[in-house]
Formats: sequence, structure tokens, C-alpha cells
Amino acid sequence: MTTEALLSAERFTSLGPRVAPVVTILVLLTAIWYAAAVWLNAPQVVDRFESDGKPWNLRQLVEATWSMERPVLPAPHQIARNFFETVFETPIDSKRSLVYHAGITVSATLLGFVFGTVLGVLLAVGIVHSPVLDRSLLPWIIASQTVPILAIAPMVVVVLGSLGFVGLFPKAVISMYLCFFPVTIGMVKGLRSPDPLQLDLMRSYSASGAQVLRKLRWPAATDFLFASLKVAIATSLVGAIVGELPTGAQAGLGARLLSGSYYGQTIQIWSALIMASIVGVVLVALVGVAESLVARHMGRRA
Amino acid sequence: MSTIDAGSAAFAAAAEPSTRNVSAGIAIDMRGLSLTFQTADAPVVALDDINLTIRRGEFVSLIGPSGCGKTTLLRVIADLEAPSAGHIAVNGVSALAARLDRAYGYVFQAPALYAWRSVQRNVMLPLEIIGMPAAERKARAARYLSMVGLAGFERKFPWQLSGGMQQRVSIARALAFEPELLLMDEPFGALDEITRDHLNDQLLRLWEQTGKTVVFVTHSISEAVFLSNRIVVMSPRPGRILEIIGNDLPAGRRLDVRETTRFLDVAHRVRQALRAGHSYDD
Repeated sequence: MTTEALLSAERFTSLGPRVAPVVTILVLLTAIWYAAAVWLNAPQVVDRFESDGKPWNLRQLVEATWSMERPVLPAPHQIARNFFETVFETPIDSKRSLVYHAGITVSATLLGFVFGTVLGVLLAVGIVHSPVLDRSLLPWIIASQTVPILAIAPMVVVVLGSLGFVGLFPKAVISMYLCFFPVTIGMVKGLRSPDPLQLDLMRSYSASGAQVLRKLRWPAATDFLFASLKVAIATSLVGAIVGELPTGAQAGLGARLLSGSYYGQTIQIWSALIMASIVGVVLVALVGVAESLVARHMGRRA
Repeated sequence: MSTIDAGSAAFAAAAEPSTRNVSAGIAIDMRGLSLTFQTADAPVVALDDINLTIRRGEFVSLIGPSGCGKTTLLRVIADLEAPSAGHIAVNGVSALAARLDRAYGYVFQAPALYAWRSVQRNVMLPLEIIGMPAAERKARAARYLSMVGLAGFERKFPWQLSGGMQQRVSIARALAFEPELLLMDEPFGALDEITRDHLNDQLLRLWEQTGKTVVFVTHSISEAVFLSNRIVVMSPRPGRILEIIGNDLPAGRRLDVRETTRFLDVAHRVRQALRAGHSYDD
């Protein structure tokens, strides 16, 4: 065996344990998807064949179910083609560009995420420092999350719209409403995480409350903060998409989903869904990168 | 250890440290002090009728079996616990006022280092809190880290250090603050014997040089006898002072003093007192 062959064999075996299971599942899912497309789209295709009155065979049936303009379930390659066209081959400022719509949703997501994080942290700091706030606020905070966002979203849009706020801001408010919650819950726990000895130490220096917060509680809460932020940014994206639904579907991934369902453009819906998932994964990954940068600065064990 | 050698030279030049150390003035005064913890099943009497006066510049050890309240007593002096009854004054004011005045440095049983701070920044923590300028903070940290034998470890993080080294960082942190009063709760309990001897020696020299008041909790008889002017023997349940033993070993002690008859004599008296406290348990 040549060195090269040895090296590539080694690379394969080292990658194998991690890549192989993922690829297997992907192949399996794709196969199931194609089969499901045939099954779900067949009734429509058969109807069309019969009204045409021409004879048809199984191969024609399969081909037709995988190439319909408005299928019940589009085939993966149809979604991939549409995704590729609307992302890479459409001018970015065009209303047909998925990048344009994703950009709008991402800006609402990020603005809402910033609002939600600030609100969540402020609430947590208040709750940790004041027993009165602890008792009075926490039940309301929990209750706020039991109200379905779909019920709140239109009211937020209408109320803010009547105050003259349209576009980005109402969507960001809806995102904030969803994403402050994990931040508050995580940070209350995080800010309370220092052990009694660490707090005694601060007391022995007669440190002020602000110093204890800045030098002990806040750094001790870092792990909790980032765990919360990962949840928060994902729910913020959901909030932004939901917030785009009642605005009359002007722009954004939510609008693409809504207009797609109005006109039966299932391929467009799936493309928007794929885009939303990719955006979500990227946003969470970015929070992860920020976390590892901070962890390195704070001397975390590698 | 060059700092220490320089320090001991400076000490040797200083005139009559023992008379300077035990000067007039009262650092801590406790009269009729009691502390009862209210627990779920029954109240626990942690301290009962403690009467103790510690003069400025004295080195006093509290010794006794586990649960005798010696840590609690130290925490009362530090205003980390409030007594249920009795009177306490630290530097002539209440324990609370003394704490707010940052009158003492406290070394806990565990290092209590902040995991996200480097060794240097852990030592600088109290200095940041009192608002010391950055350059001076660094100089102080360097000085006291080298005193505990950790020069060169400034940039390490606590998890990269052994337990003994972590405790030495916590001692440097308390010293860097340069308080007049040092409260030390079994600071060397977790260290190996060689390191412990070494730090005992350094602590004693530091005390001789600076004339600080030290209240030192320990389990070790020989440590107590080696370091202290007076040894307070306590008994458990309720925490009481059994006996206060004056230590007449001369100043300028070195580690080998522990093999002298006079040392063994004082140690014997401490052991007798501890035994007396235990007798009712048998």
C-alpha cells in the first residue's frame, strides 16, 4: 500500500465514525421523502392522466409526481432548485430573492434579540436583588409565556401600528416578548450561582451591591447567559416569522410562507422553511462562537 | 523566595519587634458573647459566654476539636455572623463598622478563588474593590505572590493550580490588602507538611515585621504553639473557652524551636487542656 493510500484510509476511518451515521440518516430521509412525494402527489397526477384519457405507466406517474408545479409535497430536488434560484440567481434587492426576505427577518430577529436580552437581564438583576420583585414579578413572567404568541402577535402589530410604529419595530417587539423569558430564567439562576464562600469574601471587603454584581454574580452567570442566549435567539427568529404573518405579508420569511400558502406555492414554502432553518442554525452557531471567545478570555479549561 | 530573604534581613535590622508588636491598644474585645443557630429541629448553641480580649499586634490561635465554634467565633469577629447576645468591639467600634471600614483580611478554609480570574487578578480583587490604582495593584500582587512562592504563576487560572497552591493564592489575596487585622481559618489545613512549615515560617516573619494582629484558627497543636502569643483552647457543644494558655517562647522563633523542651512543654499544656474539654465525651 502506498503512503497516500494509507493516509486516505486513515482519514476515512477517522472521519467515518462521525460522518457515516449522518450520511446514512440523510440518505434514508431523502429516500422516504421521494417515496412520500409519489404517494401524496399521485392522486392529482392520476386525475390529470385520466382526464387526458391517454394510457400511462408507473414511470410516467413517478416522473410526474416529482415535477409538479404545485405539488402537495415537492420532491427534494425541486426545493433545492428553487432555493438555489431564489438565493443565488435572483438579484438580492428583488422581491423574489430569498436573501432579501431572510435579511428582513434576520434584522427583526436581531433587534428583538437585543431588546429581549436587555429586558431579560434587567428583570433577572431586579429579581435577584429584590425579594419583593422576586415574589411579584416571577409569576407574571411565567404567565406571559402561557399566552399563545399567535394570539398576541396581531394585537401587538395593531396597537403599535396605531401609534405609528410599522415594519421592523413591531416584529422585534414580538421577538422580544418570546426571547426575554429564557434569558430571565437562566440569569436568575446564574446570578444566584456563586457559592456562600464567594459571597462571604465580597462581604469581608464590604463590597457594594454593584461591585458584587459586576465582579462576582455577572461573571459567575456567564455559562447560564450563553445557554439562555442560544434558546433566546432561536425563539426570537420564531417570533420574527410569526410577527410577519399578520402584517399582511409584505416581506420576510414569514411573508414568503404566508403568500406561498395563499397561492398554493408549496415549493416556495419549503424553500422559505429551509432558509429559516439555515438562518436559525447560523444564529445559534454565532452565539456559540461568542461563547467560546468569552470562555477563552475567562480562562476556561479547553 | 528572594523577597522573603530580603524581608528577614529587614526584620533582623528592626529593633525589638516583640516589644513593638504587643503594644498598647485593644484590637478585639468580646464580652459574654453567645450565638445560637435556629435550626429546623432544635436550636444549636455554637458559642456560649465567650470572653476574650485580643491586644493590637497579638498573634492568637483558636484551637479545639471540630464543631467547637472556633470558625463561628472568627466569623463573628468578621461580622459574617451576628451574635445572639453579648458585646463585641473590633478596633473600638462594632464588628459591622469595622467590616465597613475594611479593618481585616479573611482567609477562608477553602481558597474561594474566582475561577474566571487569573491568579494575579484574584489577588487584585480586593484592591480593585477599594479602588487602588492599577499600577499599585499589580505591584502588590507581584509582591505577595512571590511571598507565598507563586511568582511566575500570575497568568495561570485556578484550575491549573494544585489545591495547596490555590490556598497560597488566597493567602496572598488577604495579605495584598495589607489589613491591620488578619483572620485566618485553618489556612494551611489542606497543605502538605513541607509547604505548611514553610508558610508557617513566612507568616511568623511577616507578623514580626509588620506587627499585624492575627487571629488564627487551627487543629494543629504544634502550629498553634509555633505561631502564637496566646492559645485559646475551646470545647464543643456549646462552644466555650476552656483555657487561655500564654506562650512564653521567645520572639524570633525558627522552625527548629519545635524540638526544644520549652516548646514541647507549651504543647503539652495545650494538649492537656484539649483533653480536659473532651473528657465528658468518654
